[in-house]
Parts: sequence; C-alpha cells; structure tokens
Amino acid sequence: MALSIRTDGEAAGLAASSSRGTTGAWWEEPVVLRLVSIAAFAAIWEVAGRIPVSFAFPTFSDTMVAFFGLLADGSLASAYLSTLQPLVLGVVLSAFLGVGLGTICGLWRTGEWLLIPVFIVLQAAPVAAFIPMVTFVYGIGMTAKTLAVIILALPVIVLNTYKAVRNVNQSLLVMCRSFLGTPWQTVAKIILPDASPVIFAGLRLGVAAGFVGVVLAELLITPTGIGDLITFHRSRADYAEMYATIGSIIALSTLTLVFLQWVEARVFRPEKRGA
Amino acid sequence: MRATALRNGPSPVSAPIDTIVEVRGISKTYGNVEALRGIDLDFPRGKLTSLLGPSGCGKTTLLKIIAGLIRADGGTIAINGKTVSAPGPERAFVFQDFALMPWATVLRNVAFGLELRGTSRAEREEIARRYIAEVGLAGFEDKYPHELSGGMRQRVGLARALSVDADVLLLDEPFSAVDEQNRRKFQEDLIRLRTNQNKTFIFVTHSIEEAVYISDRIVLLSPRPGRVSQIIEPEIDRSGDPERIHRDRHYLDTVDEIWQGLKQYVE
Repeated sequence: MALSIRTDGEAAGLAASSSRGTTGAWWEEPVVLRLVSIAAFAAIWEVAGRIPVSFAFPTFSDTMVAFFGLLADGSLASAYLSTLQPLVLGVVLSAFLGVGLGTICGLWRTGEWLLIPVFIVLQAAPVAAFIPMVTFVYGIGMTAKTLAVIILALPVIVLNTYKAVRNVNQSLLVMCRSFLGTPWQTVAKIILPDASPVIFAGLRLGVAAGFVGVVLAELLITPTGIGDLITFHRSRADYAEMYATIGSIIALSTLTLVFLQWVEARVFRPEKRGA
Repeated sequence: MRATALRNGPSPVSAPIDTIVEVRGISKTYGNVEALRGIDLDFPRGKLTSLLGPSGCGKTTLLKIIAGLIRADGGTIAINGKTVSAPGPERAFVFQDFALMPWATVLRNVAFGLELRGTSRAEREEIARRYIAEVGLAGFEDKYPHELSGGMRQRVGLARALSVDADVLLLDEPFSAVDEQNRRKFQEDLIRLRTNQNKTFIFVTHSIEEAVYISDRIVLLSPRPGRVSQIIEPEIDRSGDPERIHRDRHYLDTVDEIWQGLKQYVE
C-alpha cells in the first residue's frame, strides 16, 4: 500500500512514464542507442572482414556496395517478386487460420482434444524434414513453397493463441457477463484484446518461421527467388553479393516484425504505445 | 436534526417498507463447505445496506448470487417482485479487483456497459462523461487504468456501474484494494452520491467502521454456515460534514456493539 499521501488529481503512473525521455542525457535516447548498436555491429563486421576472418567473408562496405549493385541490376527485385508471393500468402493464411483455430481450441474442449496434440507434435518436429515430402506431393511450384511457409508458421500461432485464450483474465469475463455481454461480444471485446499480447508474440514467431520456411524451400527444392540468388552467388564465389542477399532477407524479416508490433500497439493494446 | 436513537434487531414491521430485492431461503454449498444456509433478507429501496461479517461468512457469495453471477443451490432472488437467476439490467456490479479493461481508456471503460447494450457511441460517451465527472474523475477520460491510482480505478468501476442506470448497485468490498486515504475520501463521496442518485446500494465489507459509517442498514452474517445473525439500523445523521460522523457517539457505540457481537467468531 502506498505510504505517500496522494491527492485525487495525481495519477500514479504518469510521472514515471513521461519523465524518462526528458530527464536523460541525449546519449541515453533510445534512438541514439539503437543507432550506436547498429554502427558498432557494422564496425566489427568491417574489421573482421579486413583481417580477414575467411576469404569467403566480405567486409561490411563491400557487402553494402554489392547490395546496391543487386538493387540496381534488378536481380534483387525479381527474386523478391518470386519469394514474396508464397511468403505473404502463407503468412496471411497461417495468421488467420492459426488465430481462428487457436481461439476455437481455447474456447471449446472438444476442439482442444482434437487439434492441440497435432500442433504440439508439429511444433516439436523438425519440420524442415517435411519439406522434401511436400515437394514430392506438390511439385516445385508456388503451392509447395506456400505449404512450407504454413507448416512452419502455423503451429506456433495456433498454440500461442490457444494458450492466451485459455488463460484469459477471469475477472474481466465475469465483468462482461454482469454487464450482459453476449458470447460474441465476450470473444470480440474481452477475450481477443486480453489475449492479443500473447497472440501477437505467436504471430511474430510464426512470421519469423514463415521466412525460414520460404528460404528453406528455395534452398532445398525450388531454385527460385531469394534462395536461388543465395545459391547462385555462392556458386560464383560472389560472397559480397551472397551476404547482401542474406542481409536483405534478414532486414525484411525484422521490418515485418517491427510492423507487427506497431499494428498490435495501434489496434489492440493502445495503452502500450510509447511504452 | 433527526433523532439519533439506535435501534437493534429486525426493523419494525409497522412501517410499510418498499422492498426492491427479496432473498428467500438462499443456500449454497461448495464441496462439503456450507457457505450459506437459509438466507431470508429484504433490501429496502433507496437504502444502502451492508453485508458485514468475518471472512468465510459467505457475504461475497450472497452478493454474487443476488447479482446472478453464482447460482444458488436453493432459494430464490426477486428484484422488483420478479424472480431472477442471471445478471440483468436492473443490477450493476462494482468489483473488488476493479475489473477494468487495461487496453481501454477511462471513457471506454465507463461506457462499456452501454457499449454492450448497443447504445450509440455519441450517446454512451455523453452519459459516461457525466458519470466520470460525478465520481470526481473529470479530465481523466483519456487516461488508461494503469495511469491511475487504486482509488481512481475504483471510481472508474463505480462510474461504469452508475452509467447503465441500474436500480440496484452491488459493491463487493470495493475499497479493499484502495489505500487508506483514498478509502476515506471515497466513503465520503459515496455518502454524497447516495443522496444525489436515487439508487439502492448493497455493499459487502469486512470493515465494521466502514459499514457503520456509510450504511442505513447493516446485515451481520455469522460464518460456517453463513446465516443472518443480526440486522442493525444505525441512525446516524449524515447530512452535515462527513468528518463529524467519525466522532459521533452513536457511530462509536454502534461500532463497539457490532465488534462485541462479532468477537466470538474471530479466533
């Protein structure tokens, strides 16, 4: 219990949250610290490349030059055109299907017994081993790549959503019932917003796994897109280009995750904006 | 000034009492623990009645049965003469743990009961703003619960219950998670609110002082199994300065008397 005498007009959390940005010195600003972190990484990379650690390890500057070269000659764009289609399709399908199935399993016992064991096994399995099998059945086209994305992304999304829905704040459920909420209102206005932090944690893991899935599929089975670009430059010993391609897909994956976090704060948990 | 005589025992049957909530033969058992046995109670309209008793006397269980949130094993609850077994629009609940949605602003939290009923956004926000001001939170409409102190959060819970315009407000130990200074202030405000709002309050508390301070009527429950042991009507003049009540002789006598009665249940 608070010992200080608090007047009514005083909001407890306000001072703590707003003072951080203003009282710290400029070098403690989050933006500055993040830029320093990236710069330090680039510097270490540059030094390691110049030593060199390995003849197959380009410097940071060479990699950046190669990156802009790949941008300029259009090979990066055409590779992404072929990679992004199955990736986006697979991730979007996994997101909707995963959140939907997870919610059903969280709310409905029979669904839980039917489906959750399958996803627990799928999550535990080294799913990459399925990818050659997927190719065997669906060939080397778009379907196989999309399936590879879904196989990797779906289990974690379903399981996180299921856990979040199952562990929803009981007192808010009672509150909703006492104010005459219908079952649909309870799901839409209480359960999903309350579960959204854990659901989004699952979505972030799922999206990251989806990137793994599409690159694996392109490296293992269908020599197209980003996977093909990586293989191609490796075979020609264009290591700077190879690293630039790998770096670009890492960057894209990171940006996607940041975007997801932004959507979450914006749409579902506005109280966490700026936190 | 009103006569400040202290009357004990059941209320006089001579005066016709307008009963809004009737509790008849309510019993509830959890496993092999008998929480409530044969509770018969009438709650008069427009009064604040406290359910008071040591822990384990089933006071919160009884309140939640009246709210329709827990099903009784036997007996009936009637509101305005109609038997009920589920939550209804004529009752609104204030929760011990506030039960506010952390992702919603004060305004949306207060308007939530109306939102669930399908009231248009403009209308429900206008109503919510009025009650936010009523409980002393004007200016905090766009804050989130985590930005408020415990006392302010419970004011949001109270404003939410007020804004659905129920006849009966059910308060489950609303101040137990609020610090002492805020609790005092809140109790004073509740006394003021009661005179402005023509509502029936049913209030669960384990604090004797709190019950005597704010109640028109105190129902004492004894534990294991929960039963009505006594009904007390402290006639304390609450029209003047609420601070004065704490020094009122009848207030102090009533507190002492209830304590003497409850002592036997405290190990």
